[in-house]
Amino acid sequence: MGAAAMTMPARSPAAPAGAEIAIAHASKVFGTGDRAVVALQDVSASVPEGQFVCLLGPSGCGKSTLLNAIAGFTPLTEGAIRMGGRPVTEPGPDRGMVFQEYALFPWMTVEQNVRFGLDIKGVRRGEAEAVVARITETLGLTDFRARFPKDLSGGMRQRVAIARILALDPPVMLMDEPFGALDALTRRTLQDELLRIWSEFAKTIVFVTHSIEEAIYLADRILVMTYRPGRLKRDIAVTLPRPRDSASAEFNALKRELGGLVMEEQERFTKAELTGTAVD
Amino acid sequence: MNRFTALRGALLPIGLLIVWEIASRAGLFSAVVLPPPSAVAVRWTSSLLPALPYDPASQSYTEWLLSGELPHDAAASLGRVLAGFAIGVGLALPVGLLMGTSDRLYGLVNPLLQILRPIPPIAYIPLAIVWFGLGNPPALFLIALGTFFPVLVNTVAGVRQVDSIYIRAARNLGARPWTMFARVILPAASPFVLAGMRIGIGTAFIVVIVAEMIAVSDGLGYRILEAREYMWSDKIIGGMLTIGVLGLVIDGAMSRLNDHLLRWHRGLER
Repeated sequence: MGAAAMTMPARSPAAPAGAEIAIAHASKVFGTGDRAVVALQDVSASVPEGQFVCLLGPSGCGKSTLLNAIAGFTPLTEGAIRMGGRPVTEPGPDRGMVFQEYALFPWMTVEQNVRFGLDIKGVRRGEAEAVVARITETLGLTDFRARFPKDLSGGMRQRVAIARILALDPPVMLMDEPFGALDALTRRTLQDELLRIWSEFAKTIVFVTHSIEEAIYLADRILVMTYRPGRLKRDIAVTLPRPRDSASAEFNALKRELGGLVMEEQERFTKAELTGTAVD
Repeated sequence: MNRFTALRGALLPIGLLIVWEIASRAGLFSAVVLPPPSAVAVRWTSSLLPALPYDPASQSYTEWLLSGELPHDAAASLGRVLAGFAIGVGLALPVGLLMGTSDRLYGLVNPLLQILRPIPPIAYIPLAIVWFGLGNPPALFLIALGTFFPVLVNTVAGVRQVDSIYIRAARNLGARPWTMFARVILPAASPFVLAGMRIGIGTAFIVVIVAEMIAVSDGLGYRILEAREYMWSDKIIGGMLTIGVLGLVIDGAMSRLNDHLLRWHRGLER
């Protein structure tokens, strides 16, 4: 699995050093005894610097658990995750996370949200302001800097969430279904924006989604996961040239292939749900 | 809200005043039981105005203008409310933040808190006098006590309901405990804290009037009780109205502060 990934060229130029992620025999069990749920079972994979990876699967396949483990929020039951050779033990600004629920601080303006990480880091005022100006400009937020999150649309909020972590220039971006709550057009715009940022800022991205089309549109590589226990089902390289045309024959062939894989897991999920064994 | 609704709202108070004036003047009640509104107004104005003529040598014009009995009493009451409120909030806020963040401290302190909380601050009056004697100390103690519990209870609740997503996002950005406290937990809890403060200052205002009737020799509470000694009902009613206006001003100020500090809050969307 790791070997297959290594042969694939990283498209993002000049990724910063120490951004590769190595997942070794990762397992996670929630709860104990009869109520124990195996969210992850012996997952191993390595993500080279600059790669855009999508974790794909139905609800309950452990994709978010894996992402949270990489972020340092969820300690593993067994196994280890390393980033740039160092074990991941706690959350940190080198792995910026974008949440599905935006998680913007509602009491801060757009500008304050974007600057928060820099304040924590102790960046000097003038320097921080320059960074905020540049990042808000990049994401088209300049005119919204004084607004509070409640006055922004979902798409704009997610732009702020991306800007907030970009301000810290993390080598790795972790994204947990970030565009799941957006309408189709906004979603496409933000996907394109993300691809632009990814290549411009040379990031390694791990992106969780349950949308097959989104995974194909974005990723260099798609890791399909199984429904409970969460394991890697398939590791697929996407070699279509960008920008990708979702109407093309190759795109649809891949979509059909992935659709089959994901539906097998979705059926297991549905069955578990109907028999009442799906705990979530 | 148009002119006619405002007019309709004024109808009842004005009508009531007229009926009251006529009834009093017709001798339906004695001036001790219920003096006419005009007498209240005269008495109120005279206590509002300076007692002595203006003397530029000994005082500034503003000092002189505010040298009347009523401004002095109102300032004394307001000063006590603010001082006692500040003490109460100053103690309740840190304790509440700690109790809200630490489950162990919460488990330790909460049972005691639940026992003490239902005791009305006014029930502490005898003990306050035994502990602090007469004068400002017992009054401030009672006012601070009246503020303390609502602010504490709300702060604890506010901190405990902070959405964990904010904590996660802040940790992801590298926030250390102090930053987490000051810039995430406190602002996230602030709608609750401010609601507690609003209840607290309302209680403080009730308590100050009672405390002034007992422990001190100025302030609006003292003045209306003093007026009773002389059966000056017009002065009592004037004092009561002043208390009402002061309460309205305090609550209005609190509400504006609230709106400003919570301008980011969804609930306040226009």
